[in-house]
Amino acid sequence: MTTMPLGAQTAVRSTAVAARATDLTKVYGQGETQVVALDRVSVDFRQAEFTAIMGPSGSGKSTLMHCMAGLDTISSGSARIGDTELTGLNDKKLTRLRRDKIGFIFQAFNLLPTLNALENITLPMDIAGRKPDQQWLDQVVETVGLSGRLKHRPSQLSGGQQQRVAVARALASRPEIIFGDEPTGNLDSRSGAEVLGFLRRSVRELGQTVVMVTHDPVAASYADRVVFLADGRIVDDMQAPTADAVLDRMKRFDAKGRTS
Amino acid sequence: MFRTALRNVLAHKARLMMTVLAVMLGVAFVSGTLVFTSTISDAYRKSSQKAFDTVDVAVQPHKADRKDGAPGAAPRLSRQTLDKIAALPGVSSATGTVGGFAAVADKNGELIGGGFSSAGGNYFPGKDGKDARYPMKDGRAPRSTGEIALDARTAERGHFKVGDTVRVSVDGPVLKQKLTGVFTTDDGNVSAGGSLALFDTATAQKFWAKPGEFDQIDVKAAAGTSQAALKDRVEKVLPRDSEATTGKQLADEQAELISQQMDGMRTVLLAFAGIALFVGIFLIANTFTMLVSQRIKELALLRAVGASRRQVTRSVLLEALVVGLVAAVTGFVAGIGIAVAMRSFMGGDAIPDGPLAIPGTAVIASLAVGVGVTVLAAWLPARRAAKIPPVAAMSSVHAVATTRSLVVRNTIGGVLAAAGAALTAVTSDKAMMGLGAAVLVIGVFVLTPLLSRPVIAAAAPLLRGFGISGKLARQNAVRNPRRTAATASALMIGLTLITGLTVIAGSVQTAVNKLATNTIKADYVVSMASMTGLSPDVAEKLRASGKVTAVSPLRQGASRIDGSYENLTGVNGKDAGRLIKADFTAGSFSALSGTTVVVDDGMAKSHGWKVGSTFPATFEDGKKDRLTVGGIYKGSGEMLGGIMIDNAALTPHLAEVHDRQVWIKTKGGATDATKKELRKTLGDNPAIKIDDKDDIAASIAKVINLLLNMLYGLLAMAVIVAVLGVVNTLAMSVFERSQEIGMLRAIGLDRSSVKRMVRLESVVISLFGGVLGIGLGVFFGWAAGQLIGKSLATYELVLPWGRMGIFLLLAAVVGVLAALWPARRAAKLNMLAAIKAE
Repeated sequence: MTTMPLGAQTAVRSTAVAARATDLTKVYGQGETQVVALDRVSVDFRQAEFTAIMGPSGSGKSTLMHCMAGLDTISSGSARIGDTELTGLNDKKLTRLRRDKIGFIFQAFNLLPTLNALENITLPMDIAGRKPDQQWLDQVVETVGLSGRLKHRPSQLSGGQQQRVAVARALASRPEIIFGDEPTGNLDSRSGAEVLGFLRRSVRELGQTVVMVTHDPVAASYADRVVFLADGRIVDDMQAPTADAVLDRMKRFDAKGRTS
Repeated sequence: MFRTALRNVLAHKARLMMTVLAVMLGVAFVSGTLVFTSTISDAYRKSSQKAFDTVDVAVQPHKADRKDGAPGAAPRLSRQTLDKIAALPGVSSATGTVGGFAAVADKNGELIGGGFSSAGGNYFPGKDGKDARYPMKDGRAPRSTGEIALDARTAERGHFKVGDTVRVSVDGPVLKQKLTGVFTTDDGNVSAGGSLALFDTATAQKFWAKPGEFDQIDVKAAAGTSQAALKDRVEKVLPRDSEATTGKQLADEQAELISQQMDGMRTVLLAFAGIALFVGIFLIANTFTMLVSQRIKELALLRAVGASRRQVTRSVLLEALVVGLVAAVTGFVAGIGIAVAMRSFMGGDAIPDGPLAIPGTAVIASLAVGVGVTVLAAWLPARRAAKIPPVAAMSSVHAVATTRSLVVRNTIGGVLAAAGAALTAVTSDKAMMGLGAAVLVIGVFVLTPLLSRPVIAAAAPLLRGFGISGKLARQNAVRNPRRTAATASALMIGLTLITGLTVIAGSVQTAVNKLATNTIKADYVVSMASMTGLSPDVAEKLRASGKVTAVSPLRQGASRIDGSYENLTGVNGKDAGRLIKADFTAGSFSALSGTTVVVDDGMAKSHGWKVGSTFPATFEDGKKDRLTVGGIYKGSGEMLGGIMIDNAALTPHLAEVHDRQVWIKTKGGATDATKKELRKTLGDNPAIKIDDKDDIAASIAKVINLLLNMLYGLLAMAVIVAVLGVVNTLAMSVFERSQEIGMLRAIGLDRSSVKRMVRLESVVISLFGGVLGIGLGVFFGWAAGQLIGKSLATYELVLPWGRMGIFLLLAAVVGVLAALWPARRAAKLNMLAAIKAE
């Protein structure tokens, strides 16, 4: 499998695009120490699709996510969330965009220890000064299975439960897209499977769009599609992945790394 | 290890600056105090030595009150004694001196120099026709009545030249004198900014003594005669009631007196320095805790590669040593600056000039305090650093705030606070109250973590207006109660003292005002600026002027009743009732005439007097009479008390008639026009004060405010240190929460909200300290008031709400200022670096 031309992809799927990168380039440093983290990357993330970004260390997968999510600046090219072009937005507008259109799930240190679970879930709305949609909130809380633990503080919850709170928080404000940075990286396999299950359900049942960076083939197998990055370029795009297929693909990187 | 420590010191410049600044302020205060007091003491000692240069032996009458004979009359030295001494072998010269108060007016009629430092004396020509004490710079010495000489500085300040007419007042009436000469002198009073006017001896004696009498005789030895030998010779010719002292002894006594006064001042200043340092300790301990928690990985790495616990502890302590040393040295230099500033601020020209004295103790104390305090404060964090397990170098876990139980701490704090409060409230002893106050402060101090939650929760409604920033700020403020407590305490101590002093000062002022208005029915109280006596002419002149409806001089006389010395206050019996407000339990002022007197209730009780009782009294001149009690009134401490007698009965017994004050009632009441007219009646005399009730209240307020402002200035130091403490805590919080802040930024909290969050946390902590401090201050003010109330009947607690509001506002401002830098740092935090969970 190779990267498909953009036009062909949209034509085939004919689904709306939640986020799009066009010739996205990210360069760190200058002169001698210059490192090209992303080299003219073009990729679409479709609505109501669960996409995993994979690649070996230093492939630029986290950088791609950060740039797409408006957490990092772009050297050249374009990154869009829905209809909004991120390049050229100032910090205030970027912040508002993240607040209103994007949900985040991080690897760890995800929750504020001073707030209880419910307060953590509604935090983005509190920041925006909005009232949460109660019905939606109930549905989200129900989906992630936290109904009995809303008054608990993060320190009273297990790692898996904390990450489920984080998933609920990302979902609660109905963002256009949710980005996850190794969301199961700090979890044991059972809790990880739970969290990934919720993410998949949110896509299938709630129509959410999720983009997740991971290095775990099992995690990637929960996604509808896997995008492979190496040396700052997209090298492969796999639909309906299985853990074995992903593992095989990853092994080829390793082999290439060793022979080159 | 030393290199590691040094590198660490240099690696964190901003924090280093803060720590150094905190220690520096404390050290500067200590060294400044020591240098200032020793400089002043030295200057006074030198000036007093200079003043006694021309005196080998001084002869003075005994001042002690004699058990027998007439009470109170000051004995003097006669011309015969002087002549006898002058004729002794080994005497080069004998100078008789007489002096007192002499106010000199400049050309605008204003008093030159302060009321208390306007002195007059006699020019005593020796064998060569000159007085060695006062070398003439211009013109000649005064020789007869109507002539005067002034010291050079006074002449300059009044723009007087030889031949000018100078208006002078000794005890009321204005005297127009011809300036015959200007002299120089090293008299201590003059070098301290006072004025000195010289008259010929006969005139001076008329003013302040009796013809032919002297206050003191200064004897100068001829070459080859020692002071001791001269003293022995002089003593043989002295009358019974006088004594001789050597010049050296006099100088020593004066120096001793000065150093005693300086000691008191030094103690007060050092107490403030101690407070600044105490507050500084928390700041330093906080800083090092932060340094250690920031370097956990680094320290763990050191442990992992084989550094022992002791080496880690030592490296942190070494770091403290370096910081302490730098701070102590800079603090010492700053302290010298403070000493110079204090001298010019407090003294102006009221303090004699002298070179800056830097005692060795100041150098040693500064170094010891700076280094000692820093190392001591770094001790616990250093111990904690050593306990970091080597594995911490590998894990990604950041320092988690300690959640050690506060139960033990709260119990200890509770017991201390209760004991301190009880002791302070119940005791009637000053020392015990001080002890109680200290224990209470320490108790509250220990309890602050416990108090932080409810007090800060009470601020929640205010913070709600700030949305999510306010909510997060409140929760962050109570997140690490120990740290919040340490920060707030720094501010608390400063504000406790400031509030306590303000409450006491305000209450005392109100009480004194009330006392004045409760006692004075008169429109005006006339007195000398120097508080010395007024000539009876003043009262006569006022009585003769058409404006005045009632006049009473207040005249002082001494008496012996039942073997003990009692003051008699002479008043005008006819007018007393219209001028003096007194609460009579029996009889009234109308009885006051002849030998019928009124007494205060305390005296009446102790002597068992009732209206109609009679008792024998011995007057100043030794004459005895029987006095009858005509009325008993409630005494009120300072203003009103003792035996009041009609002047007609008292005056014949007095050797010299002087009025302490003259109370008057005028036709139109107290108005500016009336006052002007009265001034004119008294010849526009600069030395005489004509005060209405408001003036009296204002002059009391002025003294109290001056004192308060000085204390505020000193306490500002503690507040500055407190600001540094808040900065430090916030910087530490921001650092510890960098991941949280990164997450908040990622999910959509903008920079200004992050800033607001940090600022609000700072304000909340500062206000917490402020509220505790003001609360404690009010309590101490109340407790001290209970003591004061025992000697000041009109004392009652007055809460200065306005000032307390200002203090609270000040605390909030401290919070905002302290948050400037940490808030900026928090807002600039790199989001990506913060949320990357490596």
